[in-house]
Amino acid sequence: MALRGAIVVDTERCKGCGVCVVNCPTQTIALSKEVNSKGYNFLYMENPENCTGCTNCATVCPDAVITVYRVKI
Amino acid sequence: MDIKDIIKPENKVYGKTPVLKDAVLHYCPGCSHGVVHKLIAEVIEEMGIQDKTIGVSPVGCSVFAYNYLDIDWQQAAHGRAPALATATKRLMPDKYVFTYQGDGDLASIGTAEIMHACNRGENIVVIFINNAIYGMTGGQMAPTTLLGQVTATTPYGRRADLNGYPMKITELIAQLEGTCYVTRQSVQNPASVRRTKKAIRKAFENSMMNKGTSFVEVVSTCNSGWKTTPVKANKWMEENMFPFYPLGDMKDR
Repeated sequence: MALRGAIVVDTERCKGCGVCVVNCPTQTIALSKEVNSKGYNFLYMENPENCTGCTNCATVCPDAVITVYRVKI
Repeated sequence: MDIKDIIKPENKVYGKTPVLKDAVLHYCPGCSHGVVHKLIAEVIEEMGIQDKTIGVSPVGCSVFAYNYLDIDWQQAAHGRAPALATATKRLMPDKYVFTYQGDGDLASIGTAEIMHACNRGENIVVIFINNAIYGMTGGQMAPTTLLGQVTATTPYGRRADLNGYPMKITELIAQLEGTCYVTRQSVQNPASVRRTKKAIRKAFENSMMNKGTSFVEVVSTCNSGWKTTPVKANKWMEENMFPFYPLGDMKDR
């Protein structure tokens, strides 16, 4: 049984600190080249097919901008 | 499987707790304060004590903590949060009362208040954020600054002969008879965040059992004050702060 996950990022609140990126075990997420209205490079899923919905990124996020979804397939 | 099929309300496994307000945190990117705020909010939600919790915010970066958690708050004079929490808890013993203090607030100007509140064994929770620097005022030396650490007021590094030694306040607190639970945690990776959450939950539960003061130190980063990036600050903390401020429970009874 495999796990597939996905995250939704509140890009306007994301400050692009990058703490989540180093704590992602599957190299799913990265900081974007684009910026939000405050000028921060916000988080996005670079390799969405890798995500297992482990919630590590959301756990360490200081601004609580990440919502995690997970399904069993 | 398409992303749209995964992102459905029934598949949600983690999200922002409603105890945390929608206000954008004023903290710098990557600040440990945000994680600890989130953990306190999650513990309050899990325990179902949102209308029974009173927080006391300090002076320092976290002075605006009352803007972020949807509970009752008081704001104390610099360092005097334990005194205010003592009065609050004694007048309303059925409320969960906690203070949220940084190292400049708790370990410097408020040393007398925290020592005596813990010695009296007030049934409060103390959350102590130790980032070894005065973050709000521009990165000056704090009592907890490590030897050799460069700050705005110790540009050549802290010297023991001139500035004294860093203060292990949590070890001092652990010796006081009034405390029941004294622990030191951190929030730099998922495992440590989960351990810290357990510690905060235990501290809140202790405060209703008449056992004494629960003291949770969180070794934190201040990447702006340390003049580095959030990720490098976490690494610096692991390499330099943890040897001097070892993690773990110091007292649990």
